[in-house]
Order: sequence, then structure tokens, then C-alpha cells
Amino acid sequence: MSGMLSLKNVWVEYGDKIVLERVDLDIAEGSFVSIVGPSGAGKSTLLRLLLGQEAPSRGRILLDGAPLKPECGPDRGVVFQRYSVFPHLDARRNVLFGLECAGAPVTGRLFGAARRAALEEADTMLAAVGLGDNGHVFPAQMSGGMQQRLAIAQALVKRPRLLLLDEPFGALDPGIRSDMHALITRLWREHRLTIAMVTHDIGEAFGLATRVLTLDKRRHDPQAPHRYGATVVYDLALNRRVASEANASITIDTEDNN
Amino acid sequence: MRLVNIRPRRGTSLLLGAIPLVLLILTYLIASASRHALNPADKILPTPGAMVAAMRMLLLEPDPMTGGRLFWSDTFASLWRLGVGLAISTISALLVGLLLGLIPTVRATLGPLVTTIAVIPPIALLPILFIVFGLGEAAKVALIIIGILPLMIRDIASHVESLPEEQMVKAQTLGASSWQLALRVALPQVMPRLIHAMRLSLGPAWVFLISAEAIASDVGLGYRIFLVRRYLSMEIILPYVAWIALLAIAMDWALRQLSQRGFAWAHPAR
Repeated sequence: MSGMLSLKNVWVEYGDKIVLERVDLDIAEGSFVSIVGPSGAGKSTLLRLLLGQEAPSRGRILLDGAPLKPECGPDRGVVFQRYSVFPHLDARRNVLFGLECAGAPVTGRLFGAARRAALEEADTMLAAVGLGDNGHVFPAQMSGGMQQRLAIAQALVKRPRLLLLDEPFGALDPGIRSDMHALITRLWREHRLTIAMVTHDIGEAFGLATRVLTLDKRRHDPQAPHRYGATVVYDLALNRRVASEANASITIDTEDNN
Repeated sequence: MRLVNIRPRRGTSLLLGAIPLVLLILTYLIASASRHALNPADKILPTPGAMVAAMRMLLLEPDPMTGGRLFWSDTFASLWRLGVGLAISTISALLVGLLLGLIPTVRATLGPLVTTIAVIPPIALLPILFIVFGLGEAAKVALIIIGILPLMIRDIASHVESLPEEQMVKAQTLGASSWQLALRVALPQVMPRLIHAMRLSLGPAWVFLISAEAIASDVGLGYRIFLVRRYLSMEIILPYVAWIALLAIAMDWALRQLSQRGFAWAHPAR
């Protein structure tokens, strides 16, 4: 598989503090990459780079061969740990938002037939994440798990090339978390997504991904710890999973609304 | 049970809230009665009967000079000035606050100006306003605007800035342009805060209104109070003050209702 997303000798420096150094990475289309590592090892920085929230100090990031713009755009979806959904919109309108942005640049709202078509798409997506009956519920009335389901639906309705997850299940109860694992696995297969997920949970990283990246500092200077940045120290491809996926008979069913 | 954990019920709360008000009125009545027992012509603490008589004149009898009923023309004049000042301030605060909060270039350009204007005591500018706008309505409305607008702008801008960055990033990954961010993400979320800012600005707005009317006017609640002060007419001043308080409470209540009805998502049920 060719690299859909590639990082070439990427460095991130803040003043004289080096956060990431010499990151070379190729992410193949359709892969599910987990990014783990200790706190302060630049996991979130790497995610911000991929998201376009930040530009690398050195090096290049290519998406489908073209340099990545240092600005967030609809080709990359994201789900954060919190604050991913709009509190002033109900579930349906939250999902509708992305479609309305594309369809109505001036008013920001769709009307008539275009709105009905978009609502249908939004409802399909809500049903796919198990929120089919919660279209009119506002985020404040939802549990943490439901909010994350909504955030995923909201991102997927734009069919992003790359879905970025920033500790998406970190704030959830263990039981709900395993429901969410099943959900994201199913969506990943059904929608042929490419996912990069930052997580603290090693079990989650190995359980979900086709590839696990570990970020850490290779070298450590006790007098000036900030002068060495983190890079990819382990890059494990989980072939077992990819193989099992080839003759996949998917039997995951989670339509319950946690 | 600890004092901090005792929560009065709704009925009890109303009763508790009424006690100080009733006590205040009772104290006044007793003080007024005792002063009038010593000196029936006392003007400092007029009896309720004297207030009713004086107010009946203002409420019902047409004024020989203008032909209008003074109490109502005072009320309409003051509410008009207050309403225009508040409306202009609110709309401007919304627009400028959104721009300041959302667009870093605008923040860098206009932020220091707004901060500078906000620290100038508005009353110190009143002579300038009278010179520039004359003694008419414009100067009074302008004083209200100068008095409350900078703080409203800063409140709205800081609220926009404090919207979670995750939300802004998420909206951008969903394809939102700057305009769509303002229209669909920031504007609706800032509306409850705008109403809150209006409620907080009502107090200062009244202060500036009464000040402007006291200094140069020929009609208005503040004008009347400062006019009859010359005759020590407490029987008019006190009802006017009570009326202003009532109007202020009614406006505050109306704004709170508007926020709760119109923006239910911002008021989660407790």
C-alpha cells in the first residue's frame, strides 16, 4: 500500500525547546494507527500537525502527495476528548452542520429540498452510530458516550480522508468504552476509513489498531532535557489483524445507546 | 444539619425575601408617623397619603405648561432614551465583540482602543457630549452608550474567545469558513451572554440616564427628581425612585425570560 499521508523529516520546535525531531512516517490508506507514548512526548503535537492546526518547523507533510495546508479543512475529520459537539444545536443539526457549511456558503443554512436531502443523510449517519432515536436531543442532555457517538457521526458525514481521534474514549466508563471500541471498528471497516488515534490506553491501542506507534525521546540530556525531541521509537505493524480482516466476517453489533 | 446545606423551598424563599422589604416599609411608616406627630408639616419623611396626593396630580392632571400628564411623559421620555441607548449598545457590542473575539487581526487593531475608552469615566465626557451633540436627546443617548458599550464589547469578546478551541477546530474540519464560524458557531452561543450583558448593563445605563437628565433636560424621570428636590418634595421623589426600581426589575425579569425561552440549551435544568 502506498503512503496516503507521509511525514518527511518533520521537526517541531518552540523557541529552543524541541518537541518532535526527525519524524519520518508513512500512513497507508485504510490503516488504523494508534499513537501512544508518555505524557509530554509530543502525541498531541503530532496530532495537531496532522490536523493542520500547526505547521512543522522543519520537514514536510504530504497528504496524497500534496503538501498539507497549515489550516484545518474538511479532508481531515477530528474527534476530541471533549467539546467536539456544538451545545446550541441538537443531534441532527450537529450532524447537519458540515453539510450546511458545504451547501450554503452565505446563509450557513440549507432550505427546502436540499435541506431534506441533507437531513436524510444526517439521519442515516446518526443511525449508523446508534443515535437514530436521539435526533432532537441536545448535547447537554446526553451522556459522555452519546456525545462521542455524535462527534463521530458529525465528522464522518463529511467523508474525511483521514479521521483523527484525540483520546476520544479517555473520559468514558470502561463498559461504554468497549461499546465505543466496537463501534469505531465497525465504522472503520464499513466506511473504509483511515484513522489516527492518540491514546493513553495501551490495551486500546493494540486492540483497535493495525499499527501502533510509540513516541518517546531517544536521547536524554540531563542538563538540558528540552533540547532533545521525541520521535517514533517503536513502529509495530499488527499483521494478525490485517490478515483476519481479509476474510472478514463482521459480526459486531452495537445498536444500543449506552 | 450545617447551615450551608439548608436550602429553603420555593414558598419559604419568597417569604424570606419579602421579610426585609416589609421591614423596610414598616420602618419608614413608623419613622414618618413619629416625625409627623412632632411636626405635622414635616417634609423629609412624607406620609403615604401625601405621596398619593402628590402623585395623583402628576399621574392624572394635565400639566398647564405642556398639556401632558407629567408622570407619563417623564416615563416615556426616560424609557425612550434608555431603550435607544441600550439597543444601539447591544447591537454594536454584538458586532464588535464577535469581530474582536474571532479575528486576531481585529483584536490586535481595536483591542487597545476599546480598553482605553473603557477606562475613561463616562461622566467626565459628558461636557464634551453636550458641546458636540447639544443639549438634546442625542447627548443623553450618547452618554448611555459611552457608559455601557465598552464593557459590553469586552464581555462579548472575551466570551467568544473563551469558546473551546476544540469547537472552533471541529467546525473548521467540517468545512466552516470564517463567516460560517461567526454565523453558526459564535453568534448563537454568544446570544445568551449578550442578554446577560444587557441585564448587567441596565444598572449603569440608568445611572447615566439619570445623570444626563439631572444636568440638562426638560422632561424625564431624573429631571423631575432633581427639579422637585429644590422644593424638598420628598413625596414626589420617593414614588419616582420606587417607580424606577420597579421598571428596572421588570426589564431584568423580561430579559431573563427571553434568555430562558429563546436559548433553552444554555439553561440546563437543575
